[in-house]
Formats: sequence, C-alpha cells, structure tokens
Amino acid sequence: MQTRRKTLKQSAVVASLLAASGMFPQFAFAAFNKAAFDAKTLAEVLKAMGAGAPVESKDVTIGGPDIAENGAVVPLTASTSLPGVKQILILVEKNPSALIAVFNVTDSVEANFATRAKMGQSSDVFAVAIMGDGKVLFAKKEVKVTLGGCGG
Amino acid sequence: MADPMRIRAQVAGDKATVRVLMAHEMESGQRKDAAGNLVPAWHIAEVTATHNGKPVLTAEWGPAVSKNPFLQFVVKGAKAGDKIAVTWKDNKGDTRTDEATAS
Repeated sequence: MQTRRKTLKQSAVVASLLAASGMFPQFAFAAFNKAAFDAKTLAEVLKAMGAGAPVESKDVTIGGPDIAENGAVVPLTASTSLPGVKQILILVEKNPSALIAVFNVTDSVEANFATRAKMGQSSDVFAVAIMGDGKVLFAKKEVKVTLGGCGG
Repeated sequence: MADPMRIRAQVAGDKATVRVLMAHEMESGQRKDAAGNLVPAWHIAEVTATHNGKPVLTAEWGPAVSKNPFLQFVVKGAKAGDKIAVTWKDNKGDTRTDEATAS
C-alpha cells in the first residue's frame, strides 16, 4: 500500500536525483581543483569546493584500520546509502594537505569507493558526501599510524 | 608510456565490482632527495571510468593517494561481457587507458 509517508519519501528521492543529474554537465568536464587539494583543513577544503557547513551523519560511512602499521598504504573506504549524492570526498585531517581524493558520483555507480592513502601521522579520517541538494554530510574515524608515509 | 593497469570487473547480480591497480610513482611533493631538495609532486590527478563507452565515474586525486594506487567501485546495471575502461592522467600530462571485460 502507498502511504503518504512513502509518497513523500519517493518524491524527495526523485527530486534529489533530478538535482543530481542537473549538476552532471558541470562536473563531467571538471578541471583539477587545485585550491581544494592545497587546502589544509576540512573547512578550507569544503570552501574551495563551494560546499556548505558539514553535518555528521550516520548514513555516511568511512572504513579503515584502527591501527595502520605503514602510513604509506592505508586502505580507506567511503560510502553512503543515501540517494542523490554528487561527490564523495576522502580527507585525512593531519596530512600536509587534507584532501586525498574526490569522486564524482553518477547514477551508474554506487556511492561506495575504496582506495589507499598516505598518512603522515595518526589522525582522524573523514568521508564527506556532498549531496545534490547542497547538504554536506560527513563521517569520521580515527586511524593510528605507527610509521608515517609522507616525509622521509 | 607507463605500465599497464590491472583491472578486474566481477559481476554479482546486476552490479559489477571493479578493482583497479594502477602503476604510478605518486610522488607526494613532501619528500627530499639526498641533496636536500624537494622532490616535486608527481601524481595521478584525474581518473575516469567508462562502462561500454559511457562515462560512469570521474575522480580527482591529490598526491596523498598511495604509490601504485588501488581503486574499487561498483557499476550498476553491468552484465558479463561488458567493457569497463579506466583512464588516468597525471599532473605531468601523461595518460594511460586500459580496458577489461566484466565476468
């Protein structure tokens, strides 16, 4: 049975999908965003990406080891179950530049990515989801690093 | 030309999990050589993936992605026999494309 609640939910989903697809041409030809990759903190990165204030959300997940023995290779995963995601960002707070990677999500891929990052020292890592409607959601996790992977 | 990528696309239901291993130095720009000079950053900056020729994913990477980067993503609506191609471009303008067949 189609309840009012379900109808509202579905229309919200469709609206956000529309917004996401409307944004598509903009990032299909996105140039390398140097300002974002030079930024030092989460706030600066989001400013450079033109995104608003982040809100912590249970719908975004970040995965990684609790303790990474080798900071040069830290496996990290970022995902969200929410529809209408525009971009997924992976950040490491205490790296020389915080932003690791930006994934531009389309309707044809799941908002679920795994990659490996370098970490200079123990730090919080963030997964940030920028939604089609401009909301910014994040999740964080602490990863302890025994041997740094940035300097040397 | 850089070394080839290793791409594996595994179909489960109507989705394909794609795993890519790229061969790249990913110099961070933080390291110093024996003479104390900074080694300039050299990293993959852009990654694009296509499914049967249709772009499905673009990514921008910083120098903090590990050496010989690994990437995993899930393509919706993929079947066995579909072509998954991945292209990367580094900040020196070098580029490489490799293709794999989903199975």
